[in-house]
Amino acid sequence: MLKTILKRLVQLVPILFVVITLTFVLTRLIPGNPAAILMGPQASPDEIARMREELGLNKPMLEQFFDYLIGVLRGDFGRSVSYNRPVLNLILDRLPATLQITLSSMVLAVLIGVPIGIFSAVKQYSALDYIFMVLALVGVSMPIFWLGLMLVLVFSVKLGWFAVLGMGSLQNGFWDVIQHMVLPVVCLTTIPTATFARITRSSMLEVVNKESVKALRARGIREAAVIWRHALKNALPPLVTVVGMQLAGAFSGAILTETIFSWPGMGMLIYSAVFNRDYALIQGAVLFIAIVFVFVNLIVDLIYLMINPRVSYEGGEEIA
Amino acid sequence: MSIEGQAEMLQRERRANNTWRKLMRNKTAVIGLVIIVFMLILAIFAPLIATQDPNILSISQAFKGPGTAGHIFGTDEFGRDLFSRIVYGARISIFVAVGGTLTGSVIGLLLGLAAGYQGGIVDSVIMRIMDGMFAFPFILLSIILMTILGSGVFNVILAIGISNVPSFARIVRGQAHVVKNEEYCTAARVLGAGGVRILFRHILPNAISPTIVYFTLNVAGSIISEAALSFLGLGIMPPTASWGNILQGGRGALNTAPHIAAISGIFILITVLGFNLFGDGVRDVLDPKMKK
Repeated sequence: MLKTILKRLVQLVPILFVVITLTFVLTRLIPGNPAAILMGPQASPDEIARMREELGLNKPMLEQFFDYLIGVLRGDFGRSVSYNRPVLNLILDRLPATLQITLSSMVLAVLIGVPIGIFSAVKQYSALDYIFMVLALVGVSMPIFWLGLMLVLVFSVKLGWFAVLGMGSLQNGFWDVIQHMVLPVVCLTTIPTATFARITRSSMLEVVNKESVKALRARGIREAAVIWRHALKNALPPLVTVVGMQLAGAFSGAILTETIFSWPGMGMLIYSAVFNRDYALIQGAVLFIAIVFVFVNLIVDLIYLMINPRVSYEGGEEIA
Repeated sequence: MSIEGQAEMLQRERRANNTWRKLMRNKTAVIGLVIIVFMLILAIFAPLIATQDPNILSISQAFKGPGTAGHIFGTDEFGRDLFSRIVYGARISIFVAVGGTLTGSVIGLLLGLAAGYQGGIVDSVIMRIMDGMFAFPFILLSIILMTILGSGVFNVILAIGISNVPSFARIVRGQAHVVKNEEYCTAARVLGAGGVRILFRHILPNAISPTIVYFTLNVAGSIISEAALSFLGLGIMPPTASWGNILQGGRGALNTAPHIAAISGIFILITVLGFNLFGDGVRDVLDPKMKK
């Protein structure tokens, strides 16, 4: 296992290098002169030229790239122009808010989606199965920014149940925090819940009719134990993969959700950086998210290996 | 035409009919197809279906609710007829989604074939770049590409297309990698077939089924991407109507005229649903192993 982890960590090096390079190249391709934007509209050409030199923008591209690479390796993501603060500090400030809603919605999605999927598989072709699967299909097709607006319309504007903007704070009591969280979390959880329900159903269906599972039933093991203990364990690997993908994709959802609910997380930060042409911030935030994504993938792969002994990096054979 | 040629054609025709018939027996696919065809009709015949010019401003008529005389869906924040804007929006939204998917699939297909067939260093380089691109959340990658390219219909297509490349490349590469060592490929090589011939006659047909399945599902995703980009103010710019920017306009009028956001979003949802239903059906038919 340790060997596998080490091997996978080594494999990350080229991917991280590509990620850093891509981020650098993409940010350099954004039109506009960062020095001019930094100095504001009143700056003289001389001042702008001096700023360019200070920022290292007149060095050859390759040298700029290596400066950047070395900076990143040292944990220096550059300095945000619009906030006048180190990019990494800004990101770490905003990260908890984003994790608060993305992780809550992901936990909720597993708690709701997986049991629905199991139920649907066990009671395949029942009326409820049909209803659940139609709902799940609508769920995966949902434009969540529209769902967000409709939630605001119904639950805030019309009914006045939930607050719309911002995060709420613990000083106003626990309820205030929950009240602010409900709509963004509902919004973010829709697609993952629907996805988990679909994937759980299909991988359970593959398992419940296998001979090995029939044998368990024949041995007189209670149906509940057959389903929850034995069948679910075998249906788990595809679910883990999808959970990982959704978790990483949650950042995409967060950008949209946070702008709708003015949730002060990473999504809002990136959105404002794009509109302020804050190059260092765009570059840093994008790189940060990409790195998180790469590591989430690694963890998912390792969990996959742990629960699915059929796949092995040591070249072991299938022992199913 | 030679007899062999005719026989081959007959055989091909039979196979095509077969797949099509199977698709038509699949309820999911049919419902999806009906929705898609309906939306395509809206898009293609927009000038005939729209009741008014979608860009005529009439401030005095702004924010009229659905059912107002002459405006089935009401009017938007500038008094433009919402029904006509939705109909013309279908054009842009579907065109961009299909165009983006097409761009992504063609580039992805070529890269995937090259990587899977060549193997070695070519494979490593292409696939590591794809892995790197994969690390950027889709919306984020498209946002950055839109910032680089600037707004405009073709730039949105390009941005969505480029963001789509890695998934297609991965699917095709996986297939090509498996197929190239199959005996019939080796046989073709022994018989003196060149690389290009093997790629396009033997490997590509094997990679095409999963690509078609993913293509259909990807159009659904791309409709959402266009809408999301336009919603963030980075996609299709007004006055050109797209479902995303109608929704964006409706966001500002959520309290006074909620119908603008509600209706445009429902069209996005139903269209995406249509492509997803059809995609699920196509997968059941083309890839029985994946049938759940």
